[in-house]
Amino acid sequence: MGSIARIILQRLALGLLTLLIVSMVIFVAVNALPGDFAQQILGQGATPEAIEAIRKDLGLDQNYFLRYFSWLGNLLTGNLGISFAQMNFASNMGGDQLIGVAEQIRPRFMNTMFLAGVTAVIAVPLSIILGLLAALYRNTVFDRAANITTLSSISSPEFFLAYILILFLAVLNPVFPSLSNIFDGMGFGDRLNKTMLPALTLTLVVTAHMMRMTRAAIINLLASPYIEMARLKGISPMRVIVKHALPNALAPIINVIALNLAYLITGVVVVEVVFVYPGIGQLFVDSVKIRDIPVVQACCLIFAAAYILLNLAADIMSILSNPRLRHPK
Amino acid sequence: MSQITRRGLMKTGAAAGVVAATGLPAKAANRGGTLRLGLAGANTSDSWDGRTHSDSFMIIMGHGTVFDCLTEVKANGELVGELAESWEASSDAKTWTFNLRKGVTFHNGKAFGADDVIASLQMHTAEGAKSAAKPIVAAISEMKKMNDHQVQFTLAAGNADFPFLMSDYHILMYPAGQIEEAIANGIGTGLYKVESFDPGVRAVVSRVDGHYKDGSAGWFDSVEAIAINDSSARMNALMTGQVDAVNRVDFKTEPLMKANPNVEIFEVTGNQHFTFPMLTNQAPYDDANVRKALKYAVNRQEMVDKILQGHGKVGNDHPIGPANQYFAADLPQLEFDADKAKFYMKEAGLTSLDINLSASDAAFSGAVDAAQLYQASAKGAGININVVQEPADGYWSNVWLKKPWCACYWSGRATEDWMFSTAYESGVPWNDTSWENARFQELLLAGRAELDSDKRRSIYGEMQAIMSEEGGTIVPMYANYVDANSTKLAHGDDIGNLWQMDSSRITERWWFK
Repeated sequence: MGSIARIILQRLALGLLTLLIVSMVIFVAVNALPGDFAQQILGQGATPEAIEAIRKDLGLDQNYFLRYFSWLGNLLTGNLGISFAQMNFASNMGGDQLIGVAEQIRPRFMNTMFLAGVTAVIAVPLSIILGLLAALYRNTVFDRAANITTLSSISSPEFFLAYILILFLAVLNPVFPSLSNIFDGMGFGDRLNKTMLPALTLTLVVTAHMMRMTRAAIINLLASPYIEMARLKGISPMRVIVKHALPNALAPIINVIALNLAYLITGVVVVEVVFVYPGIGQLFVDSVKIRDIPVVQACCLIFAAAYILLNLAADIMSILSNPRLRHPK
Repeated sequence: MSQITRRGLMKTGAAAGVVAATGLPAKAANRGGTLRLGLAGANTSDSWDGRTHSDSFMIIMGHGTVFDCLTEVKANGELVGELAESWEASSDAKTWTFNLRKGVTFHNGKAFGADDVIASLQMHTAEGAKSAAKPIVAAISEMKKMNDHQVQFTLAAGNADFPFLMSDYHILMYPAGQIEEAIANGIGTGLYKVESFDPGVRAVVSRVDGHYKDGSAGWFDSVEAIAINDSSARMNALMTGQVDAVNRVDFKTEPLMKANPNVEIFEVTGNQHFTFPMLTNQAPYDDANVRKALKYAVNRQEMVDKILQGHGKVGNDHPIGPANQYFAADLPQLEFDADKAKFYMKEAGLTSLDINLSASDAAFSGAVDAAQLYQASAKGAGININVVQEPADGYWSNVWLKKPWCACYWSGRATEDWMFSTAYESGVPWNDTSWENARFQELLLAGRAELDSDKRRSIYGEMQAIMSEEGGTIVPMYANYVDANSTKLAHGDDIGNLWQMDSSRITERWWFK
């Protein structure tokens, strides 16, 4: 098991390095966008003096390196900084009751996690079961139908899927609300009801990948001698697949699940906008629009960290699920 | 009530209090219900600081719901007192005395009085404050508290529109000494008090018990405003009954909404207009004949039909709109006329003209298409317009006021003087045509201090005529405010046209059937 601990540490260190590089790329990219916070917030009222005043208040008049390293320094002490919008507001007020980026992101992030959680609870069992059944009844009408459905749903743009669901589940048959404006203090049932349509949309998006990987991994194994043996013993096809094939197919399946879970956290922007779901994706879009660099960077770091951690988790799980990797010679 | 002339109201607003108190809607209104609004124009940077309000979500929830101003423009365009009961001007329109409403309290229980007015106005000129209403307040040279319910303002120069300016949605009344707290929690004197507010996401407010507008406004028990910036999502929310009213109807889906029996569209033509300003201190725009040729080379009706899909009116190259008091409706309408355009080209000594028109959809939605329509119609007059598509980012700092001819929009202003002095007075920073006209300037100053309504009408009429004839901007169209509501809602006879959503006062003026 010592080797696993070493792998985890190694990967975490690499992850930190990745995050550092990501933060640099984001900083350069956001600064390369035309216009800055001062220009965006002032709009038509962007006189040179007004722009200068805001830039000075926000420290945007300092050079890039200074700004980046002071941000990085704060980050290392666990301080994500204060959003430009808040700082601009404060300079107007002269007050000091500022909401930090961390507090600003936290409720949004929790909402996104809730949506990802609901989606995962629906999508992961669904796609694994569909994958197993497709492998079991491969090349039958059921297999083809499952493939065609999931492939067409993954190939359609998310907003299109969202509108189709709205049409059928909100307009024609009002089962779920088309507006997912969840808020604090809402009952769990209510919240779940409002989250259903975005969760179903995301389910349609991620199911194909996981289902097809499950199917492929299992079919791959079905040709191996030990499965042949199991069959010759007279075990039922279902039992062959679940008991004999699935444990050996877990590694690739877990990998794909982790990748899709990461997508549920980072790739939800469009779905959140369509359903007006107050998650981190909406906050991210709003912040990019006004070039609120502290918020954009914090969001990007969260996205990057989600990818890194889930991939790490996937690798560790696949090691644990494979005795050959668990006990290397 | 109709006998009250504007002049009477301006000079002595004594009757204004009566108007407000008896301003019952003609139709019987019902109390009750929760109004759910789906609103575009929300940002995560929103706050209860009126100085920063610029987009519809906060304009509606700020001055229209939680806070009050000193004066209010009614849906029919009439100016009445809100927190002021009446006002009086000196004959030079320099000294204004406002009598404040008595017995008004803020949501935290503090009584409203003269100190609050002075402190709230001073917020706009405080050091470092970035307020869009700064020029209005900066024009006040002295504020004097006469007694607890009377304030006297002395202006640096006479301004007959002063009470009108006090209805501006930036100039909200906050409790003196508790302003910071009031901004953090949304403590005003409005009909509704804040229950919860998540910037850029949602605001919930509930009706105050025992309000001075009882019986004349404020019919809902509570209001939930949901930020829905995405236009398809907003239209969907109304169509599926998730909200009761939405702003900024998407023209593309408008036919579908009209087909829905539970939804109705309401639209008004206000002062919002789209423009093509040219820098008149640069060739060839310094030649009035070239400007005239360009005025006749644009097909205005075609733009209204194709860019606004009919949701607007043709403009007449001046910035005063139908929501303004002295809008010159009888001014001869400029029409597309290739022969006249050619004639003025000849006058300018030109046979053909090659010019660039910078446009981006940041100026207004459809600006690039509008520029291309202009290009097509001007071709017949020998004017070759090259449409330069500019990036939307940084448009206002890099293109507007910099490129010799570009696309632009104005939301308009409540008063003629305010509009003219924002963008057409010589030397002001936003003069986007660099236009200077001695007569225009003279009339502007004369109109400002004039209290006589008839004289002002002729002054502002002449100014609109001058601009229409030789001004440096093309105003092809006024864009309507197009909003939609569920048929469960009802409203008074008039719908305000200063801003979206019944001049952003839907929460006060509307009710459930």
